[in-house]
Amino acid sequence: MTAAPKAIVIGGGLGGLWAALRIADAGCQVRLFSLFEVKRSHSVCAQGGINAVLDTKGERDSIRQHIVDTIKGGEYLANQPPIKSMCESAPGLIRTFERMGVTFSRTPEGILDQRLFGGVKNRRTCFAGASTGQQLLYGVDQQVRRLESQGRIEKHEWWEFLSLLLDEDGICRGITAMDLRSLEIRAFPAEAVVMATGGFGQIYAPKTTTSTNCTGAAASRCYQQGARFANAEFFQFHPTAMIGTDKTRLMSEAARGEGGRIWVPRNPDDARPPHSIPESERFYILEEFFPSYGNTVARDEASRAIWRVTRQMGLGIGGSDRVYLDLTHLDRGFVSKRLGAILDIYRKFAGTDPLSQPMEIFPAAHYPMGGLWVDFEPDASGGMRPGSLRNHATSILGLYACGECDYAYHGANRLGANSLLSASFSGRVAGESATNYLKGLARATAEPSERILTEEVERQTAINRRLMESDGSENPYRLHRELGELMTSKVGVVRANPELEMALAELQTLRARLGSASLGNSRAWANQTLSFTRQLGDMIELAMVVARSALERDECRGAHYKSDFQIRIPEGKFPGDPEYEDYRARWKANNDRWLKTSVAEWRPDGPAIRYEAVDLGVYPPTDPRDYR
Amino acid sequence: MQDWIHLRIRRQDGPETPAYWQEFRLPYAPDQNVVSVLMRLREHPVTIEGTWVEPVAWDSNCMEEVCGSCAMSINGVPRPSCSALIDDLAQPILLEPLPKFPVVRDLLVDRSRMDTGLSRVKAWIEIDGAWDIHEGAPRISPAEWSENYLYSRCMSCGCCMAACPQYGSHSDFIGPAPLAQVRLMNAHPTGRYDKTDRLHRIMATGGLSDCGNAQNCVRVCPKAIPLTTAIGELGRQTTLQALKDLFGRG
Ligand SMILES: Cc1cc2nc3c(=O)[nH]c(=O)nc-3n(C[C@H](O)[C@H](O)[C@H](O)COP(=O)(O)OP(=O)(O)OC[C@H]3O[C@@H](n4cnc5c(N)ncnc54)[C@H](O)[C@@H]3O)c2cc1C
Repeated sequence: MTAAPKAIVIGGGLGGLWAALRIADAGCQVRLFSLFEVKRSHSVCAQGGINAVLDTKGERDSIRQHIVDTIKGGEYLANQPPIKSMCESAPGLIRTFERMGVTFSRTPEGILDQRLFGGVKNRRTCFAGASTGQQLLYGVDQQVRRLESQGRIEKHEWWEFLSLLLDEDGICRGITAMDLRSLEIRAFPAEAVVMATGGFGQIYAPKTTTSTNCTGAAASRCYQQGARFANAEFFQFHPTAMIGTDKTRLMSEAARGEGGRIWVPRNPDDARPPHSIPESERFYILEEFFPSYGNTVARDEASRAIWRVTRQMGLGIGGSDRVYLDLTHLDRGFVSKRLGAILDIYRKFAGTDPLSQPMEIFPAAHYPMGGLWVDFEPDASGGMRPGSLRNHATSILGLYACGECDYAYHGANRLGANSLLSASFSGRVAGESATNYLKGLARATAEPSERILTEEVERQTAINRRLMESDGSENPYRLHRELGELMTSKVGVVRANPELEMALAELQTLRARLGSASLGNSRAWANQTLSFTRQLGDMIELAMVVARSALERDECRGAHYKSDFQIRIPEGKFPGDPEYEDYRARWKANNDRWLKTSVAEWRPDGPAIRYEAVDLGVYPPTDPRDYR
Repeated sequence: MQDWIHLRIRRQDGPETPAYWQEFRLPYAPDQNVVSVLMRLREHPVTIEGTWVEPVAWDSNCMEEVCGSCAMSINGVPRPSCSALIDDLAQPILLEPLPKFPVVRDLLVDRSRMDTGLSRVKAWIEIDGAWDIHEGAPRISPAEWSENYLYSRCMSCGCCMAACPQYGSHSDFIGPAPLAQVRLMNAHPTGRYDKTDRLHRIMATGGLSDCGNAQNCVRVCPKAIPLTTAIGELGRQTTLQALKDLFGRG
């Protein structure tokens, strides 16, 4: 008897749930793993919205424009066929979400409302109040529960993915996972595995807007078992995150857009409360640095300016990593109406009212554009060929990846409201590819040999045993804090090669020190320190990929900024001027050298990086970006 | 200003072992919430008596009060701990696992019964499949939307269940959170197609009639979801349904 072919999906955020639905809809049995109840996944954090061209605002918005905006936003670094297919599928995805009951905000006529979001000219972003990610996730969560009740999806919540089962040919044949309560480690054979385990902002903790479980450990484990990891040096920093020691919370761009001003006291030792510091003694950072844009400069510019003032000029409030984001000069009624959601979050988590006291903020790691390398098959129209087994396949046969843990859609920088879209879309595509892969398997349902299962379970059990018995002097939580500080200072908003070299050396030291970590927690039941310490080791491996990729890439592109390699537009010069043409030639030469995907492979002594051409078939770069 | 943050934590090593209390004192720092303090504590888990103990187990994820993970009882009130600011809490701060749910370890509880409740009431919209049918759902007026939206923000934190006198291991009562989802699903233009089925499910034992109208749920809900309004509306819907059933017009 041949059982229904089995697939495993790891991760219950938007990506994972879409993948699970797609596979189950095609009649294959799915096992879904998550660290906790799937509806608590990080996807709930997204407030802003999800992009899809509906063209209901009389702006002649077009899918072509969405494609171009996405490509340009990523500074051409993303392969274009997947972007094309994603933008084309977006309206259909939104309609499907709507049928699932997602409470999208409405126009007076009762259709989906759309709003303007950063980096684009048209109203293209669907939203659900101030909790879009939560609402989208619940939509698919409910559908997964429906299929679960029919026995078509089997959930394994509170189970942690530990490793892949690889057979003699290096093909993925399942996983091992640990029950986070009993700590039992088990092998789960499966013919296809989809990783949907989210991002890795926690390598910058606490200066990150991501959830405490966004460690990237799962993707790192695949990488350490041979999966390629791409574009790791590209990490988007959000300029205005409110201060916190647990994590920093995002204060949306809208705060600056509606007139918020960023400043510090000219004298960092000025201990007076902000409202009693006279105008003449305030340094309005963005207004002084960017006289024409002022407080509305792009995210990256704002982050770098704040970095310069705090870390290089030493002008952070009280010498710390803080600057003011001030709304107190604005009309209270206006601010309450336009920025209600921000005010609520700030009041709730800081305990002070931004209407009467400036907010305190700092840039934070927000979104990794890099992730597991995945393939695609182009078709004649320039998109991704529907149904191809190659779409979203990692470099390990039988292993797929989708959502924030892949690298596919955002190039060197992500456009706002595009990642809920990419997570959903890629989840569905990865699910479809995995299904087709399962259906086409020649070896049908032959189980991988018992030896592979037992050896891998044993290897994982031995890791646990070693950690539980270790009585070194290092505390894993403190090491994590050191990792975050190191990455923030040396592999962050602004980068320089000597510091990156130092960072790599320090990461080696951290890795060695983790070897003498002591858990201080010996109970073989719901032992969170054990699971965390394992994740920390994997975070350090990923941090090395980020640092190494950043070191090797000698240019500025998107979120990756090295001041030593900046190519500036000559001031006051325009196309036709010899200086401008000289600049254009340098820009072209730089693209010839660096417009490439960086691909990391794990080696015992650190990652090896090589470069791969980008498919620019839809909209090749012809002119440098010029915002003047 | 205080010099210390003083915690009394109810601990339990496993589901079957007895609970016990431990006290901790950390140097005061500004801008702290209960989770950030627990994070500091796990780096140096030493009690007031100077004993090095195992770090406290608890649950958290988003830290923005949208994932529902970190609910626990704080000074006797069930609430998310990420938004419980230290400066607003009376000390010593009493931390206990969220009541009514089985303890896994320390402040970590098992809330799977909430999931079971959602399945029991079919808290989903029946769709043909998660593919595009080239059509969205029927229109929804902004007024209707804003009422529905209140309920769609339920994050299954379990606070309402913890506060409900009728809910717990002693009873089958499904609890306020899944009931509110019935209200939400029954209001959706195509979710309505399964309204009768959902109503029958909450007219059975452990359903709506077990609500004792204590109104605790609505008082503790961190998202200010009008749970009692939902329960009231469902009361009317089930009464009508009972009449329809009686006269054979199900
Ligand atoms: C504050 C904030 C605001 C944002 N706002 C927006 C926005 O407005 N618009 C937008 O488009 N994007 C936004 N984003 C980005 C977007 O929310 C995410 O990129 C997206 O939701 C990621 O979804 P995912 O499914 O890939 O991963 P996640 O939702 O992170 O899910 C990961 C899943 O993997 C599981 N997992 C991880 N490791 C393991 C393991 N070892 N074993 C088992 N399971 C595991 C977890 O349990 C979880 O279920 C925002 C991000 C942040 C931080």
